[in-house]
Amino acid sequence: MNRTKGSRLLQQMIFVGPSAFFFILILIVPFLLGIYYSFTNWNGVGSSHIDVVGLDNYKQIFFDDPKFKTAFWFTAKFTLLGVILTNLIGFVLGYLLTKPLKTRNVLRTIFFMPNVIGGLLLGFIWQFIFIKGFASIGEATNFKFFSLPWLGTENTAFWGIVIVFIWQTAGYLMIIYISSFNNVPKDILEAAEIDGANRWQLLMNIIIPLVMPAITVCLFLAISWSFKMFDLNLSLTKGGPFGSTESVAMNIYTEAFANNRMGLGSAKAMIFFIVVAVITSVQVKVTKSKEVEA
Amino acid sequence: MNMLKKRHPSSFIIELALILVALIFLVPFYFLFVNSVKTFGDLLTNSASWPSTFEWSNYSRAWTITRFPEAFTNSLLVTVISNALLAIFSAMAAYQMVRRDIKLNRILFSLYVAAMVIPFQSIMIPLVKVTSKIGFSDSIPGLIVCYLGFGIPLSVFLFHGFMKSIPLEIEEAATVDGSNVYGVFVRIVLPLLKPIFVTVIILNTLWIWNDYLLPSLILQSPELRTIPIATFAFFGQYTKQWDLALPALVLGILPIIVFFLSMQKYIVEGITAGAVKG
Repeated sequence: MNRTKGSRLLQQMIFVGPSAFFFILILIVPFLLGIYYSFTNWNGVGSSHIDVVGLDNYKQIFFDDPKFKTAFWFTAKFTLLGVILTNLIGFVLGYLLTKPLKTRNVLRTIFFMPNVIGGLLLGFIWQFIFIKGFASIGEATNFKFFSLPWLGTENTAFWGIVIVFIWQTAGYLMIIYISSFNNVPKDILEAAEIDGANRWQLLMNIIIPLVMPAITVCLFLAISWSFKMFDLNLSLTKGGPFGSTESVAMNIYTEAFANNRMGLGSAKAMIFFIVVAVITSVQVKVTKSKEVEA
Repeated sequence: MNMLKKRHPSSFIIELALILVALIFLVPFYFLFVNSVKTFGDLLTNSASWPSTFEWSNYSRAWTITRFPEAFTNSLLVTVISNALLAIFSAMAAYQMVRRDIKLNRILFSLYVAAMVIPFQSIMIPLVKVTSKIGFSDSIPGLIVCYLGFGIPLSVFLFHGFMKSIPLEIEEAATVDGSNVYGVFVRIVLPLLKPIFVTVIILNTLWIWNDYLLPSLILQSPELRTIPIATFAFFGQYTKQWDLALPALVLGILPIIVFFLSMQKYIVEGITAGAVKG
């Protein structure tokens, strides 16, 4: 009896132990420490100068930090537009690419390809496109659109990031939508067609409700990608011009590692976590409730 | 003939429109490749034109300055080792969690699910402190340990979902034949998990290979740089020197593009299977 108990414990340790160890060391410990630091004035230089300051950091963020406010609104605006546009484009591309087209597979490959490149390198590539490439196209075609100082003004820099973000992520969502469209039972569609439903009715009343699980996943992915965007932001605009395109992620980074205000940065990180967690869980709950069985 | 008849007349227009959009998607790649072989003067005059001469020496200069072979080796090392350990540890954990449904395992699993919504930026500040305290900063093994921690939740979650569909009878038969639990896991369960291994490895590869922020916080020495770090450092030094920067970018994206084109089928399957609702 004792032997089997011992071997069961050993088995539990061997199978679950390693993953739990790394998870606790790398995720749980820093997460708990982060909560603690957010109530301190730690400046990153050794641990001797840590004083608990209560809610001071949070007060400062809410009442006296215009840069954080700017970053927050930038991120909110970017997330809203990014989520809607990438899902719309991914959905439409996916829908059209389930039709029997000759170039279907090549097109899928092309639309997905930008996604395998990391955000940092993508941002640098597009820096060149916006600065030099667009200028050349503008000269050749006289379209005013291309001659704008894309990364130089607040408004165009914002749209610049949105454009690159769509280019990067729409293909990924397209793949998920394609597999979901393929799972819509053909007999239901045929039955509805025989009953006289037109294409629009098919889409709105049958296809969309049946691909709702994919919409749940794609919205979740797009929300967390755009909220957490950092690499692309860093390499494309570095938050400029004049800090107008600084995301919350970048604001936290700067506060902690450039200004060395680790306590304040940790408080921002906690607010960031709560906002992301609340928004994604509400979204998953709402869209999940709209899912139906075929 | 039959196929052609079946095609809707509007199919042709849809196809044409999609090809047009695809060309727009490819334009950045055109600019990148064409200008990477131009002389600096040529590049400044007109970046849209085909190169008048091919300046391949741009590439050899970028190759040397970014220390490309070194960065490539580092990226490969980190990606391969992290992937292997993540996959095996997660498979083991998921197996035990599904087959021994005790309270501890259930709590751990719900912690993994909950941890998936924690943004990296929310814990990076104390993480830097923790890693330096235990001597993991500025080392490749230290970076790999970090990837293990961050990768465990999603990987276990994916294995867990797949494990539940494997019937217990197969394992029971093997147990009756005298195999112990470790033998059953290695000889019976692991081979059955192959499809989900592919998914987990694909998703983790795309993440780890392209990741910038974590390695930038952990690694400092130039000889430890991965490709994204090396590219960033290079851009800091050679701002606006496009005749060097563009070939460096081409070199940087080439490995993952080749990986994608050769593994495309698995990548698409992996993403589809990985898109389970949480």
